[in-house]
Amino acid sequence: MITLGDILTLSAILFALAVAGIFLNRKNVILLLMCVELLLLAANFNFIAFARMRGDLTGQVFVFFVLTVAAAESAIGLAILVVLFRERRSINVEDLNTLKG
Amino acid sequence: MLALILFYVFATFLVGGALGVITARNPVYSALFLVFSFINSAAIWLLMEAEFLAIVLVLVYVGAVMVLFLFVVMMLDINLAELRRGFTRFAWLGWLTALAVIAEVITVVWRHGLGSIDVSGGFPGEPAHYSNTLALGKVLYTRYVYPFELAAVLLVVALVAAIALTLRHRPGLKSQDVSRQVAVRAGDRLRIVKGPAEKRS
Repeated sequence: MITLGDILTLSAILFALAVAGIFLNRKNVILLLMCVELLLLAANFNFIAFARMRGDLTGQVFVFFVLTVAAAESAIGLAILVVLFRERRSINVEDLNTLKG
Repeated sequence: MLALILFYVFATFLVGGALGVITARNPVYSALFLVFSFINSAAIWLLMEAEFLAIVLVLVYVGAVMVLFLFVVMMLDINLAELRRGFTRFAWLGWLTALAVIAEVITVVWRHGLGSIDVSGGFPGEPAHYSNTLALGKVLYTRYVYPFELAAVLLVVALVAAIALTLRHRPGLKSQDVSRQVAVRAGDRLRIVKGPAEKRS
C-alpha cells in the first residue's frame, strides 16, 4: 500500500531537486523554466495525495488548474525567450541587465 | 504489494529523471529527461487512481508543452560553453538547500505518522463502476464552473500574448494588410481627372 508519507517524501525530493537545479543552472533561462515545471509537478503530487486522503475531489480540480496555469506560463515564458534571443543573441541571465536590478 | 513495488520503481525513475534534468550538459537532453519524469509521474498518479489527471499530464505536458520546449531549444543557437561556466559555483548552496528541504519534510512526515495513511486505490466508499473522469467533470462543470471559465480565458490570453510577442513585421515583405484594405476610401484610390471634350472631327 502506498502511504501518504511515501508520496510526500517523493514530492519533497522532487521539489528539492528542482530547487537545486535553479541554483545549478542559474544562467540558462530554458533550464530555469524546466525547473519551475518540476516544482509545479511536485506540488501537484501533494494535491493528489491529499485529495485521496480526504476523499475530496477538490484537490484534483486544483491540479487541473495548476496544469492550466503552468501551460500558459511556459507558453508565454518561451515566447519571451524567443524575443529575448532575437534582441540579444543570447539567453544568459547575466545579459539581462537593462533594468540594473 | 504489487502497487508498492511499482510505486518504488516509478519513483526511482522519476527521481533519476529529475536528476538528469538538472545535471544534463545539453538542454535537449534535459527536455527529454523532463519528458521521462512526466511519464513516470503519470504512472504514479494512475496508481493513486487519478486517471484523468494522469492522461492530461501525458497529453498536455508530454504532447504539447515539452514539444514546445524542444522546439525552442533546437531553434535557438545557444552558446552552451558560456552558459555552463560557473556551473558548480553555487552548487554547494543548491545541494544544501535541497538536503534541508528533504530532511525537514521527512521529519514532519514521519513524526506525525503520515506513513500509515493509505492513499493507493480509489476513494473510500466509492461504487464499483466509479469513473474518475465523470466525477471530476461533474464537479468541474457545476461547483467550479466559473474558475473553469476563467482558466479558459487565461489560456486565450496566453495564446494571444505568445503570438503578439513573437509576431515580427519584416520591412520589404509584400504581405497583405487587411485592416488597411478595409479602411480604404474611394477618395484614396480614385482620382477624377477633368479634361476638355474632344471635338467631333
